[in-house]
Amino acid sequence: MSPLLEVQGLDAYYGRVKALDGVTFSLAAGGITTILGANGAGKTTTLRAISRMVRTEGQIRFAGEPIETCSTEEVVRRGVAHAPEGRGTFAQLTVEENLRLGAWGRRDRAGLEQEFARVFGYFPALQVRRKQQAGTLSGGEQQMLAVARALMLRPRLLLMDEPSLGLAPLIVQEIFRILRAVNAETGVAILLVEQNAALALDLADHVFLMETGRVVMEGPSGLLRRDDSIRKAYLGY
Amino acid sequence: MWPPVSYHLMDIFIQQVVSGLATGSIYAALALALVMIYEATDVVNFAQGEMAMFATYICWAMLSAGVPYWGAFCGTLAIAFIGGLLIERIVIRPVENAPILTIVIITIGLLEIFNSLAGWIFSYVQKPFPSPFPKEPVRFGEIVIGSHELGQIGVTLAVLACIFVFFRFTPLGLAMRAAAQNPVSSRLVGIRVGWMLALGWGLAAMFGAVAGVMIAPIVFLEPNMMGGIQIYAFAAATLGGFTSPVGAVVGGLIVGVVENLVGTYVSFIGTELKLTVALAIIIIVLLVKPSGLFGRAVVRRV
Amino acid sequence: MARRAPVVVVVAVVVACALPFLLSNFRLFQFTQVYIYAIALLGLNLLTGYNGQISLGHGAFYAIGAYVAAIMMDQWHVPYGWTIPAAGVICFAAGFLFGLPALRLEGLYLALATFSLALATPQILKYFEHWTGGSQGIVLTKPSAPSGLPLNPDQWLYFVALAVLLAALLLAANLLRGRVGRAIVALRDNPIAARAMGVNGALYKSLTFGVSAAYTGVAGALSAVAIAYVAPDSFNIFLSIALLIGIVVGGLASISGAIYGAFFVHFVPIWAQDISKAAPWAIFGVSLILFMYFMPYGIAGAVHRIAQRLQRPQRTGDGREPPPSVRTTA
Repeated sequence: MSPLLEVQGLDAYYGRVKALDGVTFSLAAGGITTILGANGAGKTTTLRAISRMVRTEGQIRFAGEPIETCSTEEVVRRGVAHAPEGRGTFAQLTVEENLRLGAWGRRDRAGLEQEFARVFGYFPALQVRRKQQAGTLSGGEQQMLAVARALMLRPRLLLMDEPSLGLAPLIVQEIFRILRAVNAETGVAILLVEQNAALALDLADHVFLMETGRVVMEGPSGLLRRDDSIRKAYLGY
Repeated sequence: MWPPVSYHLMDIFIQQVVSGLATGSIYAALALALVMIYEATDVVNFAQGEMAMFATYICWAMLSAGVPYWGAFCGTLAIAFIGGLLIERIVIRPVENAPILTIVIITIGLLEIFNSLAGWIFSYVQKPFPSPFPKEPVRFGEIVIGSHELGQIGVTLAVLACIFVFFRFTPLGLAMRAAAQNPVSSRLVGIRVGWMLALGWGLAAMFGAVAGVMIAPIVFLEPNMMGGIQIYAFAAATLGGFTSPVGAVVGGLIVGVVENLVGTYVSFIGTELKLTVALAIIIIVLLVKPSGLFGRAVVRRV
Repeated sequence: MARRAPVVVVVAVVVACALPFLLSNFRLFQFTQVYIYAIALLGLNLLTGYNGQISLGHGAFYAIGAYVAAIMMDQWHVPYGWTIPAAGVICFAAGFLFGLPALRLEGLYLALATFSLALATPQILKYFEHWTGGSQGIVLTKPSAPSGLPLNPDQWLYFVALAVLLAALLLAANLLRGRVGRAIVALRDNPIAARAMGVNGALYKSLTFGVSAAYTGVAGALSAVAIAYVAPDSFNIFLSIALLIGIVVGGLASISGAIYGAFFVHFVPIWAQDISKAAPWAIFGVSLILFMYFMPYGIAGAVHRIAQRLQRPQRTGDGREPPPSVRTTA
C-alpha cells in the first residue's frame, strides 16, 4: 500500500533563511509517526511545510497527489488537519463555534450534530463547556479543543504540534490516550511533533529525529526506546 | 422637511434627541463600515465616505432612469457590495502586508479617485435626492417627528438586524468573524481568508451606501457631501471602539445625539463649530481611552 | 547622494538665480509657489517620512502660518519680513504642543486625529471671524522689492522664496545628517531599540513635530505674502492631502523629494485642468496608488537608483525593495 504522506528532499525557507534541508520521510495510512528533536530543529517547520504555511522546495505527496502548489485551504480540504503550536483556538468564539469551524473544510457538511456527538464522546469536558468562550478554558481544555476541532474535519492525517506544551502530566496522559483511541477507531494517521520524548515514543510506531533542519535518524519507535546509546545520545535519558 | 416646532421644552428636547438618533443612525452605519474593515485588516478606510457618496450617485442614476425607489435601493446595495469586494481584491490585496503608512496612502488615493470620478461623471452641481418616506411628519401627542428621520432609524435598524443575524447564525458569518480574529487558524480550518476580507469590504461598502442614500435627501447630493459625515463616523467608531461593531452603533447614536444637543443648547458652538465637536471627541477619546467604550485594549506585540 | 551631488546642487542654484531674468512674471510666480510648497513638503517629510508619524493634517499648520502672517500684516502693520520667522516660531510651539498628546497615538490613530483636524480647520477659521475675517478672508498688499534693487515685485518675491527654501534645505540636511537625524530615523524604524539606546523618544518626537510644523508654517506665511490673500476654504482637507501627495510622489524620507513633489503638485493641476475640473484630483489619487505599488521611494528614490546604477554598472542582489518606512535617501 502506498504511503499516505511522502516527503522528499524538502527544503523550507523563512525569507532567505533555510530552515529545512533535504528532509525525506513517509507516513503510512493509519500510522503514527513522531518527530523529535531540540528547539529550532525544524520540527514545527516540517508540519508547516505540509500545511503550506512556509515557502518550500522539494516534493510533498499526499494520498498519491503532489500538494506543493496547493494553498493551505486546499490541503485542508484534502483531509489534512493541523493543530498548531499554541493551540490556535479562536479565543473569542465559543467552544461550539470553534468546532463548527473545524468542519468548514469538509466537502460534505451534513450531519454536523453527529460529529459533535462523536467528538464530545472523546472529550466530555468540552460538552459541558459547549457555549463557553474558548479563551476562558484551561490550557488542557484548550488543547482538547484543538484536537477536537481537528477531528471535526474527519481528516485522514492529523498534524499535532507539541500538544503537551505547558500542560500538567495527568492531562497530557489523558490527551495521548485519546489520540491512541482516535487512531485505533477511525484510522486517522497522526504526525506528532513533541518535546516529551517518552510519551511520544510510547504512542508512535515510527520516529525520526531532527537536528538543525535535517533528519539525522529514523526508525521504528520500539527500537529507539530499547537502544540505550541512541536514546542517551539524542534524547538525553 | 423639518417638523414644525413644539413649544414645550421637554418636547423640544425629545425632538432633538430623536433627530440626533436619526443622524446618529447614519453615523452608525458608516462607523460600522469602518469597524468591519478595521477588525479584519487593522486598516481604517479613509475612503469609506467617498465610496458611500459614489454609491449614492449610482442610486441617483438608477432613479433618474425610472427605476422605482426600493428597487434602486437594493440595486445600489448590490453594486456597492460588488464594488467593495473588487476594490479589496484588486487594490488592497497587493499591499495587504505593507506598513500602515502605505495602506493609509492608498486609501487616501481611493478617496481622491472616487471624489473626482463623481465630480467628473455627475458634475459638481448639487442635486436633490428623493426620500422614500412621506412628507407629513408623525405625531406622538405633542411631539412631532419627521417621517424621514423615523425612516432613517428604521432602515438602519433593519440593516443592522440582518447583519447581526448573518454574523451570529450563518456559517459564512462565522467564518468571517473567525478570519478577522485569527487569520492563521482560519487558514488551518480551510477558510479562504483573502475572500473573507473581500466580503468584509463588500459589506462595509454596502453599509456606506445605506448611509449615503439615507442622508442624501437632507444634505443634497454633491461630491463633497460625505466630508462632514465622515468625521462624525470616525468620532463614532473611535468612541465606540474600532474593534467593536456594537460600539460603532452605540457610538454613532451617541455622537448624533450629542452633536444635536450641543448644537442646540450650547450657544457658542451653534452650527458653525459642530465639526469641531467631532474632532474634540476623537482627540479626547484617543487620549483617555483609545480602545473606546466597547473596544478591546490593543496589545502591541514587541 | 553621490560625489557629483555638490556640482549638481551648485548648478541648480545658479540656474535658479538666473531664472527671474529669463522668465515672464507669471511663470516666476508659479516657480515661487513651487518653492514655497517645497518648504512645506520638507516639513511634512521630516515628520512622516523620516520620523514615521503620519500626519494627514499639516494643512492646519500651513493655515496657522498663513493667518499669523496675514493678521500681523493686516491688523498690526508688521513688515512682511518679520511675519515669516514669527510664523515659524508660533507654528513650532503649536506643533510641539500638538506633538505631546500625539505621542500617545500610534500610526493609524494619529492619522485619524490629524485627518479630523484637517477636516475641521476651515470651520474653525471661519468661526474666529474677528481675527480671521471669516469666510471672506483677509486681503493683503503684495510687497515690492526694497528701494535700490532693480527688481519687480514678482522677481523680489521669487528671490525671497528661493532664499528661504535654500536655508530650509541646508537646515534640514544638517539636521538629518547628524545625531539628531539618526535618532529621528531610529525612532521610526525601531522605537524600542532606540529608547533602549538612550534616545529620549518623547522629546525627539515632539521636537520633530514642532520643527515640521514650523517649516510648514513658514511656507504658509510665505504664501500669504506672495498671494496677498488668505481665506478659510483654501485650507481645507484637500490641502493636507495635496501635501501628502507631494511627499509620496517626491519621495518619502528624502530632501530632494520635496522639490520634485512641489513641482508635481503645482503643475499637474495646471496641465490637467484643461481636461476637466475633476482631472487633477483623479490623477493625484491614481498617482498615490501607483507610486505605492511601483515607486514607493518616489521620484527621489528613482533618481537615486539611476544615479547609483550609473556609478556602479554591476549590481548584485535581488533588487527587491523594502517598504518605504525602512530606508532613507538623500
